[in-house]
Amino acid sequence: MLIATSAALFALGLLGVIIRRNVLVMLMCMELMLNGVNLALVTFAQRTGSAAGAVLVLLVFVVATAEIAIAIPIVLLLVRRKDQLDLDAYADLKG
Amino acid sequence: MIETWLLWLFALTALAAAVLTVVLRHPMRVALALIAAMLALAGVYALLGVHVIAVFQVLIYVGAVMVFMVYAIMLLDVRDRSFTRRFSTLVVPGVVAAVLFIAILAHAVWHALPAAGRPALGSSALFGLQRFSVEFLAAYWLQFELVSVLLVAAVVAALAVLEVGHRLRG
Repeated sequence: MLIATSAALFALGLLGVIIRRNVLVMLMCMELMLNGVNLALVTFAQRTGSAAGAVLVLLVFVVATAEIAIAIPIVLLLVRRKDQLDLDAYADLKG
Repeated sequence: MIETWLLWLFALTALAAAVLTVVLRHPMRVALALIAAMLALAGVYALLGVHVIAVFQVLIYVGAVMVFMVYAIMLLDVRDRSFTRRFSTLVVPGVVAAVLFIAILAHAVWHALPAAGRPALGSSALFGLQRFSVEFLAAYWLQFELVSVLLVAAVVAALAVLEVGHRLRG
C-alpha cells in the first residue's frame, strides 16, 4: 500500500512538472517526486530492517536542499530579466 | 489496529495534498498543500518507526526548503500568464503520459512484490536515533563526507549565480 502511495506521489509530481506553467510550482512538484522516492526508500528500509535506506533518505534530503538553494537564485535572475514566471516565456533559451 | 487506521489516514492525506499541489492555482496555496503532504509523510514515517527520518522530514523539508520556497513566492509575486492559465499546452499529452506511467509502474510493482504483507508497525527500536547514528557514522562515513563536499559545491554555485546576476546588471 505504501509502495503504491509512493508511486502515485512520484507520478503526480511528474505530471505537475509537465503540465504546470509556473516555474516555482514546477520546482515544488519536483520536491513532490523526491518525497515519493523517499517514501519508497523508507518503506523498504523498514521492511528489510537495514539502515542503508534511511541513510539514503538523509542524502536525498541534502541533495534536495542543495537543489532548491541553487534553483531559487536562478529563478530570481530569470524573473529579474523578463518579469515572468511562465516557463514558456523563456523558450528562447532553447538551443 | 489504530496504527493501521492512522497509517491509512496519513497516506490518503498525503495523496490528497499531492493532487491539490498539482491542480491549485496560486503558488502560495500550492506551497501550503505541499507542506501538508510533507507533514502527512512525516506522520507515516513516525508510524513506521523511522523516527529519525520523520524528524528530519519536518526539520529540513518543512523547516528549511519550504520556508525558502514560500519566501521566494512572496518575493516574486508576479501575476503573468502562468497565473491566469495555470496549465501549459502540454496538459493533454502530460495527463496521458502520467496515466500510462502509473499503469506501467503499478504493473511492475504488482508483479515484483511478493504477496505484499502489510508493513509491520511498531517494530521500531530498529531505527532509534542512537542505533541510526552509530550505523551512519560507522558504515557510511564516506557518504557523509561526500555530502559535505556536495554542500560546499552548492554554496559555491549559488555564489557564482549571484555573481552572474551582478555582472548582468552592472
